[in-house]
Amino acid sequence: MTLAVNTQTILSRPRGRSFRRDLMGVAVIAVFAAAGYILFPDNLALLTRILSVALLVLALDLVTGYCGVATLGHAALFGSGAYAAGILSAHYGINDPLLMTLGGIVAGAVAGLLCAVIMLRAHGLPQLVLSIALIYLFHELANKTSSWTGGSDGLSGIMPDPVFGLYEFDLFGHTAYFFGVALLLIAFVLLRLVVRSPFGMLCRGIKEDPLRIRALGASPNAALAKMYVISGAVAGTGGALSAISTQVVALDALSFTQSAEALVMLVLGGTGSLFGALAGTLIFMLFEDYVSAANPFHWLTMVGALLIAVVLFAPKGIYGTAAAYFTRPGKANR
Amino acid sequence: MSAVFEVANLKRSFGGLVVTNDVSLSMAPGDRIALIGPNGAGKTTFVNLVTGNLPPSSGEVRLGGETVTRIDAIGRVRRGLVRSFQVTRLFQDMTPAEHVGLAVLQRDGRAGRLFGSFLSMPEVMVEVSELLEKLGLAELAHRKVREIAYGQQRLLEIAVALALKPKVLLLDEPAAGVPQSDTGRIEQALADLPPDLAVLMIEHDMDLVFRFAKRVIVLAAGTIIFDGLPADVTKDARVREAYLGNYANASHVA
Repeated sequence: MTLAVNTQTILSRPRGRSFRRDLMGVAVIAVFAAAGYILFPDNLALLTRILSVALLVLALDLVTGYCGVATLGHAALFGSGAYAAGILSAHYGINDPLLMTLGGIVAGAVAGLLCAVIMLRAHGLPQLVLSIALIYLFHELANKTSSWTGGSDGLSGIMPDPVFGLYEFDLFGHTAYFFGVALLLIAFVLLRLVVRSPFGMLCRGIKEDPLRIRALGASPNAALAKMYVISGAVAGTGGALSAISTQVVALDALSFTQSAEALVMLVLGGTGSLFGALAGTLIFMLFEDYVSAANPFHWLTMVGALLIAVVLFAPKGIYGTAAAYFTRPGKANR
Repeated sequence: MSAVFEVANLKRSFGGLVVTNDVSLSMAPGDRIALIGPNGAGKTTFVNLVTGNLPPSSGEVRLGGETVTRIDAIGRVRRGLVRSFQVTRLFQDMTPAEHVGLAVLQRDGRAGRLFGSFLSMPEVMVEVSELLEKLGLAELAHRKVREIAYGQQRLLEIAVALALKPKVLLLDEPAAGVPQSDTGRIEQALADLPPDLAVLMIEHDMDLVFRFAKRVIVLAAGTIIFDGLPADVTKDARVREAYLGNYANASHVA
């Protein structure tokens, strides 16, 4: 009995805090989503695209930020989800957006497992090169199987039914936007659970010292493969959202550029934090949209300058640096 | 008592260099053995061979009667062969509670769980707080490892190893780098190790060796040159030569 009391007093503190942070995170996403809807009602397509890319960046954060696997091929998972959802609708007439999303999740997870099996055989630079090789192979596969994917013309003929048979995907993108917000919220809550779970703790250990994890009797590669599958499911959700909302899938979804941009967004926001991934996506894509409209000739220069500034002066990323600043004085727990 | 851990004719060479040469030893539950030897004697290689991080050229390793020579390091840990590290290899951003919690969960095959927090699993937390309290780390349960003293990190290494409920524990210089004032706490922890656990300690500090070990094994140039009581080790001529080298002869030359 005394022991139980001790346990309570010693070890009860951190629990309430993380739950509050979950609620706060959900609230922040909801507020941003509402603000976006109210402030930019004519630009919902862009906002929905931000949501789908945010899912890709979250997925990337799982393997890169939480597990320390650097990859430049993560769009392979995103694109697989997009093509799966698109092909279900365009070729099989499965137009229920929930089923299409499920298809994207499954395809993303399978692609994730495939990438993991190949990439986890190497470490460091060779691993990075493998990830690049993989994204090119995925891209080429989609390009060559044009009877299924539409090749370089893109996959069209995607016609999602109304959500729950009630909310039609309208021309203004209202339904797509709310559908995307719902997917992001669900993914966010589930991922908060995962990163805090025993498995999340195991992955943090692997990032720091895989050999030490082996000495605990756990297999780093098995855990990383599992994380890749989870990451694939999240990225696949993003891909499916992109296919459903734009009703086309282009080869870009499976491109090296998309992968590299996702990594840039993650670094910009801050690795190893779900909020960082979301902040990075939002800032990068809004900045890109705003600057490319304001100065179409030099916008890439400005994006480059922003990135250099962040990496040099805020190496933990914009969110990471801000979070470190606000929680600095003597707080032991995140 | 029957052997819980056996090494038979273990050999390992790198190219032409034989680093571990025909080493055999056997441990029973409750053994307290110190493995000593001069620098370059092959102690580290021996640990790597035994834990499965390095394949032997020939010979066998048996754990609880089962031959584990072909089983990898992870499999050996799961069968009860656990090691601590010479330099602490803890996760700097994690807390002592998380370290021990992770080890307990891993031992029970639940480290892959995707939901819940070990903080809300009472059966895990009872073990975590018991172990941390036993090693005097309860106060620091939620500090990050980077914020706690080195001596306490060494104690945490022991706590993590014990959380895995090993049958055989390899301690690689458990007191290395710890200030003199803190070694008492570590010695106490070593004295409090479970009585049925077989412990092999690699150590340079002879005071600690004499206080801890019931049996001493001396490794030199990859071979066991002494295996016996601590009281006899300093009298052994071969041990003296291995440690003092040519000094013994040098006096003649001079």
